[in-house]
This record gives sequence, structure tokens and C-alpha cells, in this order.
Amino acid sequence: MLEVTTRNLENAVVVAIKGDVDLYSSPKVRKIIISLTKKKTKNVMVDLTQVAYMDSSGVATLVEGLQQVGKYQGSLKLFGLESAVREVFELSRLDKVFEIYQDEEQALGTLA
Amino acid sequence: MGAKGELAKLSAVCNKAQDAIEFRVPSDPKVLKIVRLSISHLCELAGFTEEERNSTTLAVDEACSNIIRHAYDGAHDKPIVITFKMMPKGIEIVICDFGKNISKSKIKSRDLEKIRPGGLGVHLIQSVMDVVTYERIPRTGNKLTLGKFKKVK
Repeated sequence: MLEVTTRNLENAVVVAIKGDVDLYSSPKVRKIIISLTKKKTKNVMVDLTQVAYMDSSGVATLVEGLQQVGKYQGSLKLFGLESAVREVFELSRLDKVFEIYQDEEQALGTLA
Repeated sequence: MGAKGELAKLSAVCNKAQDAIEFRVPSDPKVLKIVRLSISHLCELAGFTEEERNSTTLAVDEACSNIIRHAYDGAHDKPIVITFKMMPKGIEIVICDFGKNISKSKIKSRDLEKIRPGGLGVHLIQSVMDVVTYERIPRTGNKLTLGKFKKVK
């Protein structure tokens, strides 16, 4: 089963996802990301360290989140992508659209 | 023709190969993980590398998701028939449904320059598979054939 947890930091909210993100589970991820963007959370960081598989519905969920944060000049950054997940972003040419970092520390370091 | 008859006809269309492995799953997103694990394992038996297994699994998952969303309009109780055939140079996977005709716009890869959610599934399938053919089986359903060759070592 997919688990999604959020952790509040001083200047960001980390959304940690654990499990496969597919047509069945992506609505759960979407619900949490959209709830953060509705609150206009300035910086959303998505931890994909424990995601071994993501399909196009998962990618679409993150694209939607990115579009939402863009409306209020917020940010949505990704970190910890496994090679199979990274490949989906590369095939979709979205690796150039998202800010993708190695780990949380690197992603946090980019926040003003 | 009743649903059973249609399914038998569809299965016959799908499974002409004697040595093919066929399995049938409901159009429920919950079972996609089972489909992925099965396809990954069959790819391993076929001698595919991890990268080839991952990409083939992604293509089948995307194809089944498209069937659930577009051919069956999200219904969770319709059949999806998957036939996996190992061949000396690679694999062939035939995925059949007997839902509605999927319009060409739904099975066409979209322009990636437009950054928007959705519509990436077909692009991913076409990117990772060597053969992708779609056929409408009249009065029956849709048939998607995916092929992938082993990398020459």
C-alpha cells in the first residue's frame, strides 16, 4: 500500500511517498499535493527515495502540482529519484521541467 | 453474442500462439501491481535485462491503464486479456479488451512541448517498445500488440 506523509520544515513541506505510484495510488498523492497548493504552501519538496515505480498518472499528478505552485510563485522540487522513476521523467522530457535533486539536503540548499 | 461468447472470440483472436502464456485480469487499478510483477517475471524468464524488464513493465502498465480509463470508462469489472509470448529474438505481448473503440486521439503520442498533466501514456509505450500496433476488432474490442527485441550482446 502506498504511504504518503508530510513533514513541516521551517521553510518547506516535505511530502514523502513510499510505494508504487500508479493509476490506483496516484489519487492519494494528488489529494495531499493539491491540499498543500490550496494552502499556497510556498515550497513543496517531494521525497521519492522510496518510490521504485511511477507511471504517467504519477507524473501527471506532479505536473499538476507544479502548475499549481506556479500560480502563486511557489516551488515544487523533487529529490531521491530511483533510476526507473528518473527514466520516466526523462522519457517524458520532464527532467528539464522539474527541479530534481539528489537528496533532501541538496534540495533544501536551493531554498532562499 | 453474449459476453461469454465475445470473450471467447476475443481470447481466440489474442491467443493464436500455442506457446503463449495468457492471463486475464479485471479492469481494476488495484491489480496493476500484480500485472507489473507478472510481466517483470516473464521478462526475466525471457532473458531481458533489468532495464528491459522495467521498460516493458511500464508499457504494459500504461496500456492497461489506458484500457481502464478509455475503453472501459473507469469500470473495474471488465476483462483485460494479456498474452505473453517468448520468441528467440524477443517477446510479443498482446493486450485485449472488449470495451468501446478508443479514438485515435487517445492512442496518439502527444506533443511533449506542451507541459500539462495527462496524455503521456502512449508516448511512454511508443518510446520503450520496438513494435506497437493497435487494431480495432469489429464488434469485439481493442487489440494492442507490443514487441520488444533483446539487445544484441
